[in-house]
Amino acid sequence: MCTVCGCGEGETHIEGHDHEHSHEHGHHHHHDHGTHDYGSGPAHAHAPGMSQSRMVQIEQDILSKNDEYAAANRRWFAEHGILTLNLVSSPGSGKTTLLTRTINDLRGELGLSVIEGDQQTSNDAERIRETGVKALQINTGKGCHLDGHMVGHALESLKPDDGDVLFIENVGNLVCPAAFDLGEAHKVAILSVTEGEDKPIKYPDMFHASDLMLLNKVDLLPHLNFDVEKCIEYARRVNPGIKVLQLSATSGEGMEQWYQWIRATRQVALIGHPALSAEA
Amino acid sequence: MHEMSLCENMLTILEEKAKSEGFSKVRTVWVEIGELSCVEVEAMRFCFKVVSNDSLAQDAKLEIVDIPGEAWCMHCAKTVHVTQRFDECPDCGSYQLQVTGGTEMRIKELEVE
Repeated sequence: MCTVCGCGEGETHIEGHDHEHSHEHGHHHHHDHGTHDYGSGPAHAHAPGMSQSRMVQIEQDILSKNDEYAAANRRWFAEHGILTLNLVSSPGSGKTTLLTRTINDLRGELGLSVIEGDQQTSNDAERIRETGVKALQINTGKGCHLDGHMVGHALESLKPDDGDVLFIENVGNLVCPAAFDLGEAHKVAILSVTEGEDKPIKYPDMFHASDLMLLNKVDLLPHLNFDVEKCIEYARRVNPGIKVLQLSATSGEGMEQWYQWIRATRQVALIGHPALSAEA
Repeated sequence: MHEMSLCENMLTILEEKAKSEGFSKVRTVWVEIGELSCVEVEAMRFCFKVVSNDSLAQDAKLEIVDIPGEAWCMHCAKTVHVTQRFDECPDCGSYQLQVTGGTEMRIKELEVE
């Protein structure tokens, strides 16, 4: 991993990743945390007579750096036959409950591992570890999203097994994680019916970026004024190709469709990979 | 506040370019921001000031080039202007639109010395 690494991510903390590490592939990280070492001048290129201003054409995407990290992650996932799902939602949509139930129901059948992203605390990773699967917490500090670089480092510590399904639970936030590719196969947006049905058009970027929307907590629908049809229509306006599943991680209703989606998606993603052939 | 991360990414690119193109100070940065990209321009200006402080881009001017949102309407079979991802076609009212432009977040050009 980390082929293009240039660490310097302020307050990010990855469990078990103490930043004293020396990477096997022999380059030095300037992990001098808390100080962004940007000012100390990589521009030691003082050619004489260069004081006049001039124009430089760049034409480079601002996120190109993140996209390189994400591409490296994606390559690594492909090599190891790992299906990676990036779970995104607002805080309180029931991501962690959905995840623990999913793990309990699927662990006998599939190899699973989890990366948890939150601003602070490792509560979620601990909840996941109680289920017995590998989980690693990333605390983003002040950050509002995970990025490709953090996930790359998390993989070094987590070491998911070949053929695993890796769930990345992103920071609860319907805005920022939309723009940052982590190298996942799919973004899965979770929306609970206790939120507004117009969330897909209030936060269009996220629902546009997601391939699947899980409408969670449907067991509460009888007590709410939530218009399911309207919500799905809004989601399709933003993303005509989005698939929608209705389920409840608490009552268990609809969960089987989600598992079918995971199985089918994994099959398609891994066709021809030894990790899949070994199971047949 | 992902604008902060975006600005950190920008600065990394500027520093790399400073090495490869041989400059030590950035005066102006032209950035193309699409109408449909998830960037709040005012937040970006603020973050750029903070991030570029004490760097080769300190006091650099940030020039935002707005790129309009564009989509292909399948009904009208033409390109129309949209301001949001869930806009309907301004001509026929259909939602069958494919966004074709306006998602850019890209550094276009620099004035350096």
